[in-house]
Amino acid sequence: MKSIVLALQYVRSRPLAAVLNVLLLALGLASINFLLLVQHQVQNSFERDLQGIDVVVGAKGSPLQLILAGVFHIDVPSGNIPLVDVRELEKNPQVKKLIPISVGDSFAGYRIVGTTVDYINLYNAKMDKGQMWTQPMQAVAGYSAAAAMAQRGLQPGTPFVGNHGLGEKGHPHGEAPYNLVGTLQKCDCVLDRLILTMTESVWQVHEKATALNASDQQALEEAREVTMAIIQYTSPMAAVSFPRFVNTTTDMQAAAPAVEMTRLFKLLGVGADVLRGFAAVLLLIATISLLIALWNALRERQADWAMLRMLGAPPRRIASVLVWQALILTALGGVSGLLLGHLLTGLVGYMLSADKSIPITGWLWLPEQLWVLCATVLLALLAALLPVWQAYRLDVLKILQTR
Amino acid sequence: MIHTQQLTYRYPQGAALAFDDVSVPQGGVLVLRGNSGSGKSTLLALAAGLLTANSGQVDVAGQNPALLGAAQRDAWRGRTVGFLPQCLHLSDALTVFDNLALAYFAIGAPADRAQIMRSLDALGVADLAQRKPHALSGGQAQRVALARAVLMQPKVILADEPTASLDDDAAHSAISLLAQAAQRCTATLVVATHDARVKTALDTVFTNENSPQSKYLLLKQL
Repeated sequence: MKSIVLALQYVRSRPLAAVLNVLLLALGLASINFLLLVQHQVQNSFERDLQGIDVVVGAKGSPLQLILAGVFHIDVPSGNIPLVDVRELEKNPQVKKLIPISVGDSFAGYRIVGTTVDYINLYNAKMDKGQMWTQPMQAVAGYSAAAAMAQRGLQPGTPFVGNHGLGEKGHPHGEAPYNLVGTLQKCDCVLDRLILTMTESVWQVHEKATALNASDQQALEEAREVTMAIIQYTSPMAAVSFPRFVNTTTDMQAAAPAVEMTRLFKLLGVGADVLRGFAAVLLLIATISLLIALWNALRERQADWAMLRMLGAPPRRIASVLVWQALILTALGGVSGLLLGHLLTGLVGYMLSADKSIPITGWLWLPEQLWVLCATVLLALLAALLPVWQAYRLDVLKILQTR
Repeated sequence: MIHTQQLTYRYPQGAALAFDDVSVPQGGVLVLRGNSGSGKSTLLALAAGLLTANSGQVDVAGQNPALLGAAQRDAWRGRTVGFLPQCLHLSDALTVFDNLALAYFAIGAPADRAQIMRSLDALGVADLAQRKPHALSGGQAQRVALARAVLMQPKVILADEPTASLDDDAAHSAISLLAQAAQRCTATLVVATHDARVKTALDTVFTNENSPQSKYLLLKQL
């Protein structure tokens, strides 16, 4: 018989206590793993989506909302800005590149974004099927959007009708159908969740929907707007003066993603810290309960250990059974904690994907998780320390003489 | 055989015990009599190598356990000394078979299944091998504990109050089982007891021809 077999038999002889220990450990580990996985993916996704964007200019309102709506496409925009003002900005020497973004319509919950090819190049996205648009009313779908469209039987080369508004309940723009001409490869960025088209398409759809006659059309064309403009600076120095210039001299506002994201993470950070603290407390309780369980195992089975000593077992053999008990419980708790953590992350990812929000998957392994597991095993060994020390000090005959 | 010489032991915060010299040949019987606190347990612990004498020496089957290192002493005890505790102390988490296998685990050897079954069979409890101890009657448990004590063919069997809380008939059969089991492996039997029935039981078990050399050591109350 090996120490581990004996330890297993002792664990099995107290199934309820074992289940409680495993459950506590699993819950603590699941919450830590969940936090690690979600935080890593949210931050990664934000960083990827923000790359190459120095400043976003849009209608006055909350700067954070502007970023969330224009860069991550997880919020509604605060309004539109006149095209003439954007053209004016483009001439500013501090602006290297200006990408217009127009939102307002959607298809099956995926936003139809009017922009230029620069927006696709910003994320280095590659064409998958079909080709890039060459004229208005042609659209290219990002990876997830394309998959959703394919489910509805929409392949490149087929027309589709956008809905007004960003929800799925807007009225359809039946009079101005789009033509899906291509799809993009997965870029693990915001483009995956978007349907892209020329800015002109968005104007056409809405002018066709509202224009009464030719002169009305003319008037509408003069009042053309975009939702916001993504801007790259010519030099980093612009970060100081350009936002101030926009905010003070125009009716628009400039929001620097770096500043707004720091603000957002500071806000979210408090919540994340609370969750992390909660997880740590859970894990601490799990460790204490493991200690108590091992202590009880030692006390309850005191006669067994004394008998083992009488049968010739050196103290280290008894210690090894105790340590194995700790390791068995930790292994069970660790594995179920990992599974639960990934399952939970996958579930949250599934719920977010239904909202066409940040992509999160449970199929991810982070090196930090290995450290968490190692730390747990260490805690378990620590919890076994006191009972093991007691095992070395058993008063064999005295224990064997008491019931 | 058991042989003691001017053996004394002093507990760290307690009384000093001095034991009269005693000598029993291999296969003999030594009965330690005396009330609680008279040093029966201490003498058992000294013989088992669980305690080390302050002075004098104890010789158990040709070995003074005090001369061995801690690990060697544990290994020596596992091979040489069989122990029958008063409350039997079979582990409830394990089957009867595994309770005996525990003796092999204790000395770090692979379990000898045939020897375990032989030992159980010799006491007529082989068919209970897969039962848990709580499913045994008192008599059955006694036989299983005895099977464990003689499993390793020990040179010495230490029995601590083997008749406590038994009625006369049960006490008599417990002692005769114990004496027979000890004889089968020609082990020296040491019985610590305050029960006068042990002497009468032993006297009926051993008729004149097969009588081993018996010694009765009366330990005085401190």
